[in-house]
Amino acid sequence: MTRVSLLALGAFAIMAGAICLLVLVPQAMLADVQAPPQLQPYTERQLAGRRVYIANGCVYCHSQQVRDPAFTTDVDRGWGARATVPADYVYDRPHLLGTMRTGPDLINVGQRLPDMDWHLIHLYDPRSLVEWSTMPAFPFLFEEKPRSAVGPNDRVVTIPGPRAPRGVVVVAKPQAVALADYLLSLNRQYPVAADTAGGPRAAH
Amino acid sequence: MTAPQSPQGAGGAAAPAASAVGAAPALRGLAPDDLEIRLRADESSRVVVLVLYAVAIGWLLVGSIFGDIASFKLHWPDFLTRQGWLTFGRVRTAHLHAVNYGWATAALIGTSVWLLPRLVHTELKGALTALLGGVLFTIGITVGIVGVLLGVNDGMEWLEANRYAAGPFLVIGGGLVGLSLFRTVAARRAQHLYVSVWYILGAFIWFPMLYVVGKWPTWSGVESAAVNWFFAHNVLGFWLTAMSVGAAYYFIPKVLGRPIYSYQLSVIGFWSLALFYSLNGMHHLVGGPIPTWMVTTSIVASVFMFIPVVATGINLHMTVVGRFGALRHSPTLRFVVLGAIAYTAVSLQGSFTALREVNRVTHFTHWTVAHSHVGGYAFVSFVAFGAMYYVVPRLVGHEWPSVRLVRWHFNTVLAGIAIYVIALTWSGVAQGLALLDARLPFQVSVERSIPGLYGRSLGGLILTVGHLIFAYHFWLMVRMPRGATRRTLPPFHEAQPILYTAEADAARRGAPAPAGASAQRRAEGTA
Repeated sequence: MTRVSLLALGAFAIMAGAICLLVLVPQAMLADVQAPPQLQPYTERQLAGRRVYIANGCVYCHSQQVRDPAFTTDVDRGWGARATVPADYVYDRPHLLGTMRTGPDLINVGQRLPDMDWHLIHLYDPRSLVEWSTMPAFPFLFEEKPRSAVGPNDRVVTIPGPRAPRGVVVVAKPQAVALADYLLSLNRQYPVAADTAGGPRAAH
Repeated sequence: MTAPQSPQGAGGAAAPAASAVGAAPALRGLAPDDLEIRLRADESSRVVVLVLYAVAIGWLLVGSIFGDIASFKLHWPDFLTRQGWLTFGRVRTAHLHAVNYGWATAALIGTSVWLLPRLVHTELKGALTALLGGVLFTIGITVGIVGVLLGVNDGMEWLEANRYAAGPFLVIGGGLVGLSLFRTVAARRAQHLYVSVWYILGAFIWFPMLYVVGKWPTWSGVESAAVNWFFAHNVLGFWLTAMSVGAAYYFIPKVLGRPIYSYQLSVIGFWSLALFYSLNGMHHLVGGPIPTWMVTTSIVASVFMFIPVVATGINLHMTVVGRFGALRHSPTLRFVVLGAIAYTAVSLQGSFTALREVNRVTHFTHWTVAHSHVGGYAFVSFVAFGAMYYVVPRLVGHEWPSVRLVRWHFNTVLAGIAIYVIALTWSGVAQGLALLDARLPFQVSVERSIPGLYGRSLGGLILTVGHLIFAYHFWLMVRMPRGATRRTLPPFHEAQPILYTAEADAARRGAPAPAGASAQRRAEGTA
């Protein structure tokens, strides 16, 4: 090759074509996906919790997608009753579908584990509840203070078992409460129409 | 597309000029004009390349430390949990950015900036522009990484650096480097564009397009997932891979003194890479909630990746065939040839992993992380190391001071990456099979992955040791006064080298060279 213009044009054209095919066409196709009526938009606090989820990189170990039961064991594991579809994610910006399952899938964790106290304890020290867990603890989302310093609005978290800190009370910071609230909002168990745009029905 | 690539041909740009040790008085068969052009080209890019290499090595060390911490955390979850900035999700991301956008990018941009003026027979145009660009880009990466550690994260994998704080530095910095490269090509004196030039220019056209698409702030829902993996996959293929393959196409024939096996294959390899790689991204979402045709398109394109990979692989490997002995003598060749082999291996593994039946097991597991390290390390980083071993002596005017440090570097990183990949692949398969068996509780997938995670930490630590050795050696290299040890023997010379003959050496020296301390040592070693 001797012509830079030809090279540059060819390289540009191929990439532009790929962008059209895998970015712009799907964008147009998915533009009219409507939120299912049972799916509520996130509240302010849940959105704040979602930002905590992103800031601390939860997505690098937890996916948020249930795949076709014919193809995987996602449904058998109790991660959801059906495969998730594009409509389940219309309020997600950006997506948090994830690519790792070092920990379990979370798209329906709010339905599976609906207790905020459980989540707060688990965030403070996962191994106080799940012995074999390799999840990091997030003590920096909590304050440890003497019982006398606990105010009336403080959300006290009682850590069970021998791993509880001694002589102090664990109080959840607003970020921890927001994160737990976001986790509780993850529930995509309502039924959806089988033909919902781009559902993974014909996956293989 | 014109004349066949004949690196030996006088008009042919470029390439790897001949060994031709027989042509006595001229330096390794070079016409004096060629040598003059080359020296001027090297001089014009000297400062930029050295700065970029130093930055790259700095990032390599930072990235290694973050990588090790992240690795420890996966089997010691209570390690360093008190500080938010040290939590797994943040150090892992800092690692990814430091090694991909810090180390690999700076090392490959540095190599490209050095290669291009040589390949088009001119000086680097706008060296100051390129230097400023490199500095701005580095600032951008630093801002992005500090942000990630502080919890400022845009939320999509590979695109976490904040678009408003880090983005402008990256766009302007990368743009300035690109400007300098395109000006250099515009001022070229060689008519023919050698294959490495295609890849370098391609990379600087593709990356801005990808970055704009990836960082566009309006994506949401599953569309943002498609954009995410469109970017994250292509940034490997069209940025790191492109510049690395370009470098491999230069250094392998160059060091061997032999033309590239086939010009036609290099054309096929280049254009089919562009065509098929660009459609691969959705194989990261197999089974996911995006339209099925998108995933299917990517799986098909992933299988078609056999074409560019086999074309490029045959081309690079057939250039080496029959000369494997030369690997003993040249650290550049060792690293680059192994890198090229890793490229073939990782690409075929990638095509295979995209198949649904394989993906069922490997998706969501450590397999993917192992795979990405075959690509990012055994391929890209090895090529970058090899390039640095070749380029730096030509910039500072003397050879690497220690053969032993080169050996230790090579042996540690080879052992480290082998342990890393084997352990983590095993971990991923164990984890994936456990996840596919619905009778086994999730706990089993965690427990079965852990032995391999320890192995990965071991591999990672060995890699870090190798990086410290390399960084120390680089520091020794650049702080020696210019031309301090006029090295008369190439490294790895103990066995009979291919490109090195007594006559050529005598011709080069002209007069007996002053033997520096280290050269003395080496000479004794051979005796």
